[in-house]
Amino acid sequence: MKPTLILGALLTLTFTLAALLSFLWTPGDVEAVNIAARLQPPSVAHWLGTDHLGRDMLSMVMTGARTSLAVALVAVGLGMGLGVPLGLAAAARQGGWLDELVMRANDLIFAFPSLVIAILITAIFGPGALNAILAIGIFNIPVFARLTRGAALSFWRREFILAARVAGKGAPRISLEHILPNLANLLIVQGTIQFSLGILAEAGLSYVGLGAQPPVPSWGRMLADAQTMVSLAPHVAIVPGLAILLTVLGLNLLGDGLRDALDPRLRPSRA
Amino acid sequence: MSVSSGQKYPGGPGAEPPVRQVSQALLQVEGLSLAFGGTAILRDVSLSLPQGEILALTGESGSGKSMTALAAIGLLPERAETSGRLLLSGRDLMTLPERDLCALRGREVGMVFQEPMTALNPVQRIGDQVMETILIHKAMSRDAARARAAEVMARVGLDPERIPPTRYPHELSGGQRQRVGIAMAIALRPKLLIADEPTTALDVTTQAQILDLLTGLVRDEGMGLLMITHDIAVVAGMADRIAVMNAGRIVEQGPTAQVLAEQRHPYTRQLFEASRHQAPLAPVTPGETQLSVQQAVRDYPLPRRHPLAPRRMFRAVKGVSFDIRRGERVGLVGESGCGKSTLSRAILGLEPLQAGMITLDGKPILSHGRPDPEIRRRVQVVFQDPYGSFNPRHSVGRIIAEPFHLLPDPPKGAARQAAIAGALTAVGLKPEHAGAPIHAFSGGQRQRIAIARALIIEPELVIFDEAVSALDVRVRAQILDLVAELSRRRGLSYLFVSHDLSVVRSITDRVLVMREGEIVERGDTSDVFDNPRHWYTKTLMEAAPRLRAPETGGEDDAGGEPL
Repeated sequence: MKPTLILGALLTLTFTLAALLSFLWTPGDVEAVNIAARLQPPSVAHWLGTDHLGRDMLSMVMTGARTSLAVALVAVGLGMGLGVPLGLAAAARQGGWLDELVMRANDLIFAFPSLVIAILITAIFGPGALNAILAIGIFNIPVFARLTRGAALSFWRREFILAARVAGKGAPRISLEHILPNLANLLIVQGTIQFSLGILAEAGLSYVGLGAQPPVPSWGRMLADAQTMVSLAPHVAIVPGLAILLTVLGLNLLGDGLRDALDPRLRPSRA
Repeated sequence: MSVSSGQKYPGGPGAEPPVRQVSQALLQVEGLSLAFGGTAILRDVSLSLPQGEILALTGESGSGKSMTALAAIGLLPERAETSGRLLLSGRDLMTLPERDLCALRGREVGMVFQEPMTALNPVQRIGDQVMETILIHKAMSRDAARARAAEVMARVGLDPERIPPTRYPHELSGGQRQRVGIAMAIALRPKLLIADEPTTALDVTTQAQILDLLTGLVRDEGMGLLMITHDIAVVAGMADRIAVMNAGRIVEQGPTAQVLAEQRHPYTRQLFEASRHQAPLAPVTPGETQLSVQQAVRDYPLPRRHPLAPRRMFRAVKGVSFDIRRGERVGLVGESGCGKSTLSRAILGLEPLQAGMITLDGKPILSHGRPDPEIRRRVQVVFQDPYGSFNPRHSVGRIIAEPFHLLPDPPKGAARQAAIAGALTAVGLKPEHAGAPIHAFSGGQRQRIAIARALIIEPELVIFDEAVSALDVRVRAQILDLVAELSRRRGLSYLFVSHDLSVVRSITDRVLVMREGEIVERGDTSDVFDNPRHWYTKTLMEAAPRLRAPETGGEDDAGGEPL
């Protein structure tokens, strides 16, 4: 196993555990404002210091991880859940009207700047974590639909698919039974990478005030709150920035590592 | 033949005067052994190839012949553990640094690959690709390189009038692409040309032309040719010497005529017997008509030239009619693109017909564009590719049982296991193989599994679509025996689709010869083969490589007539 895969898995695991732990316990209360203790540097009492309202930064990062991971996970799940079946269907009917429809709808979504759509959704439904999920999820659909269609098309040309057709199986059944399991590796890898992009997108939306609303902590808003205090207390910007960086890095390393580990073509053949 | 301008190549680093070393062999391999992580691939291989001769290296897949070729061009993988010497014009390639090897490849050793599709860069014009090999070695100026490229392409039979150097690889046929590959290999007049299965991907008629071209090049230019092939028949007529490899060793080598006549090593004998193998086909009395193909027409839409242009159609099958009677064994031969695969897919109900009808026992295979499961279960198929025709994630049992989907009431539990075990036993495998994953099996075993899959629902007709084309000769002989035995035991009728005439001859009663979507000749197999009437059948017969009786081993015509 490659060291990058292990490092990626460790980073991802750390942030996931921190997010899960935050449900049960955090060092401090993220909703308790203590102006007297504001902008303290890291110390024994506050390992990562305190922010401009005196809240414990470690607790904020842990709870923020919960928001980031949850939003990204649900958004990628939404994109995969809709994109993969659409891609399978388009591949099964290659060149047909369904294929055209799915692919042109994909082009349409790709053609819109994602931030504009997010602002649009927020303008209609109001800001909040749910709407961030929706905005990020919609942009994940074409990614998975395209990937699935492309990979599925190459399988449709294989002889074992012909053999399944000779056995009287129809396109939906072949897609589920023969094609989807063969795409699993690919989808896991792409899912990991989209997950990291989702975290970045959530941070971006929260930064401009379109994501999770106060008092729910979020890495993006922590950065936004910190930007006026960078010169006074650099740690308030560095801590959420590092959290985002390390999580995204971890997920990308994990995705690349999984790709190498799961791809049979890159594995030494057993001859 | 010389460069028309009379220009000599400027010497590269370490260039030596073009003196022909007659005393010493061009390529001398001495005790070459090679292993990967402790697994021996080559064991003590010794070969010698004099200038101007053809050495055929033959053996089955995995015998180490391609690895030997890679060693001869200095392209062995980094992690290979080697011993022994490999001398090219007296220099040991095993000790040369990579930089010197680079200078050597293309200039002193040229290589022709098996797949003319993948050996060329699809986005580069063919003339530029040939020119590039010359320019990489800085052997001459751009203009001279262009002139040399044109000259060498004319030499390999690419007429600039018909196939200008501005063409792209996808605009060429397989044989033309292989000619480009040869042009690239010989552009710098290497002393040694290595051809790794150069005709395996080509049709028989094209194969004969490419073999002629290679032989002509060796005779005219005096280069040495190391020809790697799994098919002894291909090289029997052209090689000066033959070396037979098995499991990393050279088991027999010598002058072609002598090896063919003596066959001292048992492995060589097995190879020869297998490639001339006749499956024991029991005579049958055909019953009533089973499959009937009437005026079948299959069109494919071609892309429109521009959005408003009418759709053009390519007619792959042009009104073909034939019958197969119960118990009959029919062959369908033709070269790639003749429509034989399209036709077999139409019989399987996988492709709709534009006109005509295909019926089984009087009932149409497709009714209103949908296959009737009741009819479809009576026809099954065995495909060509033993590696591509199984879902790599499924176990053998699950693969074999897939056609049960066609039955209204498929067997379950113990009955299902018994049926799988029965099918495995029928094809010479063991019932306990059902639980194993498919990647644990060799190519020949996989074709047995494919046959088990086709037989499990006891169809009346089986289509063998190039079912033995990807197999080594000995395995092929075993599979053909199995097919013959199944026909005898079960009274199975089949349509055996193949481009390989010798296979069709040994395994069928009646044969259909297909060309450009039409059946040009049909009749009893022995009649058609012994006394072909249509010119195309005659061409096919003449082009097919044959192992002649050993005693004739005379010189073949080495006339250096340029193509």
